[in-house]
Amino acid sequence: MRLAGAIAAAVLLIAASSVGAAEIAAAERRSGYSFMTPDTRAIQDDDTANPGMLFVLDGESLWKQKTGAADKACADCHGDARGSMKGVAARYPAFDTQLGRPVNLTQRINLCRAEHQQATPLAYESRDLLALSAFVAQQSRGIAIAGGSDPPLEPFIAKGRELFMQRQGQLNLGCANCHDDNWDKHLAGSAITQAQPTGYPLYRLEWQSLGSLQRRLRSCMIGMRAQPYDYGAPELVNLELYLMSRAKGMPIETPAVRP
Amino acid sequence: MASALINVPPRARRGDIIEIKTLMSHVMETGYRRTATGETIPRNIITNFVCRYNGVEIFRAELFPAIAANPFITFFTVATESGKFEFEWIGDQGFAETASATIAVE
Repeated sequence: MRLAGAIAAAVLLIAASSVGAAEIAAAERRSGYSFMTPDTRAIQDDDTANPGMLFVLDGESLWKQKTGAADKACADCHGDARGSMKGVAARYPAFDTQLGRPVNLTQRINLCRAEHQQATPLAYESRDLLALSAFVAQQSRGIAIAGGSDPPLEPFIAKGRELFMQRQGQLNLGCANCHDDNWDKHLAGSAITQAQPTGYPLYRLEWQSLGSLQRRLRSCMIGMRAQPYDYGAPELVNLELYLMSRAKGMPIETPAVRP
Repeated sequence: MASALINVPPRARRGDIIEIKTLMSHVMETGYRRTATGETIPRNIITNFVCRYNGVEIFRAELFPAIAANPFITFFTVATESGKFEFEWIGDQGFAETASATIAVE
């Protein structure tokens, strides 16, 4: 009896610390784009009005620019990004066999810089890193997300899912409280949305800049009054990976615009 | 690494009203913000924008600190003759950028 009581208590504890959320059905998934006003959609739809395209243009010139001790440009190995980078962003974060863990697109760019260009890594959220990742990701525009298909990624997706369901911070909220359970509602006038990572790096009008998915995740954690993980932390990469596997099949929109 | 995006219709009929869209990469730092140590971040904005159609000024704008980063300016004009639109942005800290686009008027 006592044992059964302890088990029941433990089950209750687990239920209290994670969110008992109903996950979004495949047919009900919607990009953040569909929650926006027609005005904001118009900015994203027109490549000459979308300020994210300014970063893509910068990224294109960085792609061809020789750098580092090896004096090599991205284009020297990868050639024309229109062909070689097509679909790449749709399958990141990807498993790195040397590191034994998943890396996201910006980390891959920095690994490439270190190994092949012998250049210093670019800082997270620096203009150059955002520009390069936007240029690479834009080559996958319209391609279905295929994140998390690699079998070694499975335990990391599970960890990311756990973090998504985990209550945290002074407000004691989990990501799923808003983005699985209440995505059809509003929070202080703003649409809550489903947290589908289809357009990153994306231009937020509020930021007046392009920003990565990790910047978005950290902002959400600060909003929950939790201590955000550092840029590049494995926890954030796992969360990115879970979100990409959750959005599997949705088309990439990079560079998206959000309010 | 300043860059501009210009959208001018490549061709139009004489007398058509055409929309011109311009987007310029710029931080538009207001001059009112401070760093964590309390020092003022110097103002760095675009102050003037001019568009000339075959050398004749057709649009001019003065910009101020309340304007968002990467200013997007659109306006309308009447297509009168084939030729060139020239755009010029001038700002703080020696900022000066130009761009151009051509139009064929039938």
